[in-house]
Amino acid sequence: MTATTQARERPALTWRLVDRTPAELPVVADGERIGPEWAWGGATGRSVRVCIVDSGVERDHPLVGPVDGSWAVVKTAVGGLEIVETEAGDACGHGTACAGIVRRTAPDCGLHSVRVLGEHASGTGEMLLAGLRWAVRQGFEVINMSLSTTRVRFVEELRALTDEAYFRGSVIVASAHNTPVESFPWRFASVISVGSHHEEADPEMYLYNPLPPVEFFAPGQNVQVAWLGGRTIRSTGNSFATPLIAGLCARILSKHPRMTPFQLKNALYLSAANVRAGTGGAQ
Amino acid sequence: MTENSVQSAPAPEGGDQLSDELLQSVVEVARAIFGAQASSVFLLDEEAGELVFQAVAGRGEGFLVGRRFPASGGIAGWVVASGEAMVVDDLADNPAFDRGLAESTQYVPDSLMAAPLVHGERMLGVLEVLDPAVQSRSSLNELDLLALFAKQAAAALRVVADRRRLAAARGGLDPDGRQTALYLVESLQRLLETAPA
Repeated sequence: MTATTQARERPALTWRLVDRTPAELPVVADGERIGPEWAWGGATGRSVRVCIVDSGVERDHPLVGPVDGSWAVVKTAVGGLEIVETEAGDACGHGTACAGIVRRTAPDCGLHSVRVLGEHASGTGEMLLAGLRWAVRQGFEVINMSLSTTRVRFVEELRALTDEAYFRGSVIVASAHNTPVESFPWRFASVISVGSHHEEADPEMYLYNPLPPVEFFAPGQNVQVAWLGGRTIRSTGNSFATPLIAGLCARILSKHPRMTPFQLKNALYLSAANVRAGTGGAQ
Repeated sequence: MTENSVQSAPAPEGGDQLSDELLQSVVEVARAIFGAQASSVFLLDEEAGELVFQAVAGRGEGFLVGRRFPASGGIAGWVVASGEAMVVDDLADNPAFDRGLAESTQYVPDSLMAAPLVHGERMLGVLEVLDPAVQSRSSLNELDLLALFAKQAAAALRVVADRRRLAAARGGLDPDGRQTALYLVESLQRLLETAPA
């Protein structure tokens, strides 16, 4: 194999961390020596609105608390899609699980839900896009998307939408697919992408992945999550790693409200458990 | 799972022995590898918005094939809608787990693994594993293994779907229909033969 072909080879797709400990994944970074205490210490997410784009959120779940707004993407009589306020709650528990993790991480944030799953067994790509577009244009500071689509026909529209969110100052925190397949929007640089690591001891420990496209790994194995009927279950998957990062974003923004999405990602990067800021700037 | 009811349905139409054996072997191997109480493959009937038990190994093996339930909710519904695999534990003593479906299958699991069966961009159905052995639960590696089996099951399910389509194309008309069609063709032929040039 020549050097040229080696250079052209794409790195293997990394979407979770199961074979190495955080100590085995050190990242030396340039940048200020900021860390969790600077980034979100003492912050609770107050005044930051987080939108869960998912299957809906159960109202008044003890681990979720108040939901400030619930909407759903529904089909119109003429075959289009519209977003309506809903009392429908959660179709399966998944959105409630994500909301519970955001609430645990950022207890004073405002929680909102837009339901894009659960109405129909198919056509979810359009519903996902419609729900995400609505969330971006509502100006939610943080949007949690523990979902993705493998359908390539939505890629360009999704890319434009995530760029729009980036420039509007809405941070989209998106799950990598649970299996090693290409899906979207987590593949885009304009979002914060999240996969799972298997460490269960510290529920807030997350890592930066030196081999993106998945940029961060957060706890996703055997996670205790809120579920339907005010109860909890244990579950595994990138879906439950993502809302931890969304919650941390809410805390960072409540402490540093003028941060842009790229500053926020940098703060997450420099505060990750395996990143050590080295020189503090060029030498 | 929040599916509320299981409606009885006739055995899957159009299945043939080879396809059935293929799917049956997928669920049996999945059950064995995960040390599970049961494993099932569901076919998605998009038009009806339902999932249909297509192959079952272990609990329910004798009577579940052909039964249907709504694909719009519950864990299997989320897997279909999201295209993502899912593993959940602590279901048996949990009122959050709607037992409508589970009880009608005469078995309520404590733990459930579900993976989508996808071929290309098309959602074909769901592979479920009920009550895997304790060491197989809630681990990221097991989710990967489940996804591998789901890939195999999706290929098998695609074979079933293709064979059905072929069978439907071959036998598109019933005997009466074929007789009528033959009569129409003969009539047309006679008309052409007798028509003035």
